[in-house]
Amino acid sequence: MNDLWAGISQAVWMVASFDSDLVEITLRSLHVTLMALVIGSAVALPLAAFLAVRRFRFRRSVIAILNALMGLPPVVVGLVVYVLLSRSGPFGVLGLLFTPSAMIIAQVIIIVPLIASIAHQSLRDLWSEYHDLLISMNVTQVQKMRTLLWDARRALLTASLAGFGRAIGEVGAIMIVGGNIEHATRVLTTAIALETGKGDFALALALGFILIALAISVNLAIHWLSRTEQEGRW
Amino acid sequence: MVSDLFPLKVRAAQTSRRGKVLVGPVDMDLEGAGVTVVLGPNGSGKTTLLRLLHGTARLTRGTIEWACDTMQARHHQAFVFQRPVMMRRSVVDNISYPLHIKGICKTEARVRAANWAARIGLGDMLERPATVLSGGEQQKLALARAMITNPKVLFLDEPSAALDGRAMREIEDLLQEAVQAGTRLILSTHDFGQARRLANEVVFLLHGQVHEQSHAAPFFAGPQTAQAAAFLRGDIVE
Repeated sequence: MNDLWAGISQAVWMVASFDSDLVEITLRSLHVTLMALVIGSAVALPLAAFLAVRRFRFRRSVIAILNALMGLPPVVVGLVVYVLLSRSGPFGVLGLLFTPSAMIIAQVIIIVPLIASIAHQSLRDLWSEYHDLLISMNVTQVQKMRTLLWDARRALLTASLAGFGRAIGEVGAIMIVGGNIEHATRVLTTAIALETGKGDFALALALGFILIALAISVNLAIHWLSRTEQEGRW
Repeated sequence: MVSDLFPLKVRAAQTSRRGKVLVGPVDMDLEGAGVTVVLGPNGSGKTTLLRLLHGTARLTRGTIEWACDTMQARHHQAFVFQRPVMMRRSVVDNISYPLHIKGICKTEARVRAANWAARIGLGDMLERPATVLSGGEQQKLALARAMITNPKVLFLDEPSAALDGRAMREIEDLLQEAVQAGTRLILSTHDFGQARRLANEVVFLLHGQVHEQSHAAPFFAGPQTAQAAAFLRGDIVE
């Protein structure tokens, strides 16, 4: 219990004193995760819409695989991205290993199946509702996808926030591809892992509480900005 | 204006699903003006016949030939479903959606949609979500959404099945106006009153087949077949 109290008081102190290292790694956490979220959503949401409106031969298999990949082990993703980006790997010339870009790439791979699967669920339901109407109006495939994405936007927000949740708390992949280098690729989760390893539980806990507070405030901010859960809205 | 989609020639058209014939074989000719009412008991295939003519049910056998190219014909049709599909948008965005799809600019589409909303009595609830409207309002919205593109053919599947007298009259007035403006109506109903008020021509459907097709006046005066006569008397036809 003492560690917990020490952690909370240290967290309050670090936030109150605007600890410069803390601000740096918090901003890097946000930067990496939000970039991954934007890129991941840009890939996953159209993919989900495509899977909802288009009937093709391996559609069911693709959906099943996507669902299975929701539980993709981050460490393995990190390892694969590491091999691809390492000097001797196919993308070694880009020099991306141990940079925030590498961390973003790994997180995008982790959250795309998650966002796409959850989004596909709600788009599929909406499509079964709209199917007859849109077919009757001779709507093109692209227009169908855009209509679904727009009208289901609030449900898609949930999908994206699930992706954000997974990315912000993720440590295995970004530790491997980022390397937890101070002032370069250290983020909240990797710092927590490091401090725990060093035995500085109070600092680790402080960073942990800040991470949770960050996740909650980003969620609240997005909900507030998009005015969900208000009467007569979707 | 006589539309150039007609005459519509239907020859031995049939649609089936998993080996079971839902409708057909159907032979009929439809001319270019007025109102055709498809009558028949539940499960006789009224909805499927309309969908078949509209092109959203699969034609598994036979032919359906419009006077022009089929794809071109489909762009001049609209369909109002028995249970109106409300998009998760505001009233005005629902009505303007078909214009939006056809690439008409947003401001013009909104103005035209607002006009239509006023015509159907929804002028003061433009920004309200369509899904919270009452059943009658939703049906009128669906009608406005179908008519905003000035279709040459309008299919209506039981357009006033769940409506009370006043809402029904409002909808029928709108339909009469559309007919005056040259729109060809093909609607299904099992409401005789409505059939009598609107029909120029009647198609009586039973077990997925056209049992009788004739002009409205002679049909209501004295149907040719015993089943149609029984149906008109209000007997249960099986």
